[in-house]
Amino acid sequence: MNALLLSRIQFGLTVSFHYLFPPLSIGLGLLLVIMEGLYLKTGQKVYERMTRFWLKIFALTFGLGVATGIVMEFEFGTNWANYSRFVGDVFGAPLAAEGIFAFFLESGFLALLLFGWEKVGRKMHFLSTVLVALGSMFSAVWINVANSWMQTPAGFRLARPNGVVRAQMVSFWQVVFNPSTIDRLVHVLLGAFLAGAFLVLSVSAWYLLKQRHVDLARRAMRIGLLVAVIGAWLQLVSGDFNARMIARYQPAKLAAFEGAFPAHAPEGLGLAGWVNQARRKVYELQIPGLLSWLLYGKTTRPVEGLDAFPTSDWPPVNPVFQSYHAMVAIGILLIGITFLGVFYWWRGTLWTKRWLLWVFVFAVIGPQLANELGWFSAEVGRQPWIVYGVLKTAQGVSPNVTAGEVLTSTIGFSVIYLLLAVLFFYLLDRKIRQGPEEAPLYFPPDAPLPQHGRMDA
Amino acid sequence: MNLHIIWFTLLGVLFAGYAILDGFDFGVGMLLLLVRDDQERRLLLNSIGPVWDGNEVWLVTGGGAMFAAFPGVYATTFSGFYLVFMALLLALIFRAVSIEFRSKEPMAWWRRLWDTCFFLGSLLAALLLGAFVGNLAHGVPLNHAGNFTGSFWSLLNPYALLVGVTTVALFLMHGAIYLVMKTEGALHDRIRGWVNNAIIFFIICAVTTTLTTLLYVPHMVTAFRLHPGLFMVPLLMMLAIANVPREIHHRRDWAAFCSSAGAIVLLMALLGIGLFPDLVYATNQAAYSLTIYNASSTGHTLGVMLVIAFIGIPLVLLYTTYIYWVFRHKVRLDAHSY
Repeated sequence: MNALLLSRIQFGLTVSFHYLFPPLSIGLGLLLVIMEGLYLKTGQKVYERMTRFWLKIFALTFGLGVATGIVMEFEFGTNWANYSRFVGDVFGAPLAAEGIFAFFLESGFLALLLFGWEKVGRKMHFLSTVLVALGSMFSAVWINVANSWMQTPAGFRLARPNGVVRAQMVSFWQVVFNPSTIDRLVHVLLGAFLAGAFLVLSVSAWYLLKQRHVDLARRAMRIGLLVAVIGAWLQLVSGDFNARMIARYQPAKLAAFEGAFPAHAPEGLGLAGWVNQARRKVYELQIPGLLSWLLYGKTTRPVEGLDAFPTSDWPPVNPVFQSYHAMVAIGILLIGITFLGVFYWWRGTLWTKRWLLWVFVFAVIGPQLANELGWFSAEVGRQPWIVYGVLKTAQGVSPNVTAGEVLTSTIGFSVIYLLLAVLFFYLLDRKIRQGPEEAPLYFPPDAPLPQHGRMDA
Repeated sequence: MNLHIIWFTLLGVLFAGYAILDGFDFGVGMLLLLVRDDQERRLLLNSIGPVWDGNEVWLVTGGGAMFAAFPGVYATTFSGFYLVFMALLLALIFRAVSIEFRSKEPMAWWRRLWDTCFFLGSLLAALLLGAFVGNLAHGVPLNHAGNFTGSFWSLLNPYALLVGVTTVALFLMHGAIYLVMKTEGALHDRIRGWVNNAIIFFIICAVTTTLTTLLYVPHMVTAFRLHPGLFMVPLLMMLAIANVPREIHHRRDWAAFCSSAGAIVLLMALLGIGLFPDLVYATNQAAYSLTIYNASSTGHTLGVMLVIAFIGIPLVLLYTTYIYWVFRHKVRLDAHSY
C-alpha cells in the first residue's frame, strides 16, 4: 500500500470516528436548550434534573469530540501538504473562522455550563447553554463551508504565483455561499438533531421499560419525539433538495448514487440493488420515471449517466450506490418510527407499547449510521477529485511522507480510537444506569463534600 | 507595515496566547504526580478543569490561522515534522481523555493510570512543542518545492531538544505560579516552595539555550546585532523572570503570574525577531527558505482574514475574560468537579 491510499484510509478512519460525536453534541445541545428552557419557564424540578442528567452525557460526547477533532486539522498539513499548499488561500479561512467563531464560544461557555451551576444565576446558565448549542452549530457551519467548497468550488481563480498552480480566493462570500453550502448544512444539522433526539429517545424508552425515572423519562421522550418527527420529515425534504443540487453541480456523483450508466429517459428511482462497475450493469428494483420526476419535475427528462464521463473521473460506483441507498432507507425507517411514536402518543397508548419502546431503544443506531453513510457517500462520491473538477486526490497527498510513517500513525490511531470507543461506551452505559439524580443536587460552595462511600461525589 | 507583517505578528500573538494559557495547563499536568493524595490531585486537575479545553482552542485557531495566512508554512512543517505532530496529537488526546475519565471511577489503580497518562501527555506535549520551535529557530533542509528533506531523527537534534527542555522548564514555572494563585492551605505553601526551584531550572535552561544559539545558530541573532535597540527584548524578558521570585516573596501571586506571562510574550517576540522575515529557514540553501512573502496567501485573503480577526478576537477576549472572572476564586471541589 502506498502513502496515498494509507492517507485516505487514515483520514477516513479518523473522520468517521470523530463524526460519531459532534452530531450528538449538536443534537443534544438543541435538546438541552429546550429542556433548560422548560425549566426556566415552568420552574419544575423535573426539568432541572433532566437538564443536569443530559448535560453529563453531553459533556462526555463533547469531550470525545474535542479530543478526536484536533486530529483532522493536523492531517490537512501532515498527510495532504500539496492539497494544503494548493487550496490554503481559500480553504484556510473557514477553518480559522471555525476556531474564532465556534470553538472558543463552545469551550468557553461549556465551562459555565458544567462548573457554573452555583457560580452564575439561572438565566446566565441558560444563556450559556444557548451559546454552547449555537457554538456547536457554528462549528458545523464553517466546517460545512470548507467541505462544500471541496464539492462545489466557487469564488476562486487559478493562478501561477512562482510558477506553481494555486487556487486563490476572489470572493469570500462566494466561497462561503458556494452552490452546495446551504443544502448540505441543513442536511448535516438535521442529521445531528436526529442523532441527539434519538439518543434521548433511546435512553428514555429504556427507563420506561425498566420503570425507572418514569415521569422524567416520559417528558424527555415527548421532547425527543417532537424534535425527531419534525427532523425526520424535514430531512426527507432536505434530501430532495440535495439530490437536485448534486444532479446540477456534481452529475457524476449523482449518477453513482443512482447507479445510472447510460442516460435513460425516463429514469427510474432505484430502491435497492447491486452495481457491477466493470460490466456497467445495475441489478435493481426501480420505480419507473420517479427519479426524473423528482429531479426535474417531469418523467420524460433523462438523467445524465456515468457514460457521459471518462471512467477515470468515476467514483467507485457500487460502494457509493450502496451507502447512499442505505442512508435513504434508514431515513425512511426513521420517519416511520417517529410517525408511529407520535401516533400512539396522540392515542395516549405510547407508554404501553413495549415493542415500540424497544424499537426506540435500538433506533439510536439509525441516525448515527445514516450520518456516517451520508458522509461516506458525499466524500467517496466526490472521488477521484479532492476539489471537484479542479484537483485530483492523488495530487493532494504529501510528497515527502512515507508509507511507513502513515502506516505507523494509522495503526496508532486505530489502537487509541478502539480504546476510546470502549471507554466511551463503558462510561456512557454507566451514566445511563446511574440515571438522573433523584434529589436535586445543590451544594453551596462551602458545604462539606457529600460522602457516597467513594472518592468521587 | 503590510498585511504579511501584520499576520506574522498576529500569528505570534495567537501562539503566545496559547503558550500562556495552555502553558500553565501543561505545567499543572507535569506537577500532578508530585502531590500524593487523591484529594490534592483532584484540586490540581480542577484548578484547570473549567478552562483547559478553551485554552487548547488557541492552538486550533493558531493552526487554522497559519493554514489560512501561510499555507506554505503549514504544509511544509506539518508534513515535514510528520511523526512529531502525530506524537503531539497522541499527547493531546491522552491529556483530554485522562482528565475526562480519571475521576469517573473510584479505583485507585484507575486514577493512578490516568494521572500518569495526564502527566506524560503534558510532558510530551510541552517537549514536542518546544522541539518544534527549536527546529524552526535552527532551520531545516528544504527542497525547491518547499518540502522538508531531512529525516525524523534529524528533528530530534540536540538544539531542538534543548529548546524542548527549556519549554518544559518554562511551563513548569508558569504552572507552579498558576497553582499558587489557585490553591490554599498546606498545599499552597508546598507549591509556593516549588516555584523558586522551577525558576532556577528555567534560568539554567534559558542561559544554556542562549549560549548555544549564539554559538551554533547565528542567523537567529543577526537582527539583534544589526538593530541594537532590539536588545531591549531579551533584557525585559530577563527582568520579567527576575521579577517572579520577588512577587512570589511579597505574596502578590497575580503579579507573579502576569510577570511570567510577560516573559512568555517576550520569548515569542525573540523568536519572531530572530526568524523575521523567514518562517522556515532552509539550512541547505537560503533561497529555499519560506518567508512571510513567498509562503503566504494573497493580499486579498490576508485582508479577509484580518476582518475576521478584528470581529472575532475582541469578542473572544471579552467572554474569555468574563469566564476566567467567574472562576477567579481558589479551587474547591464540589459535585461538578472532575
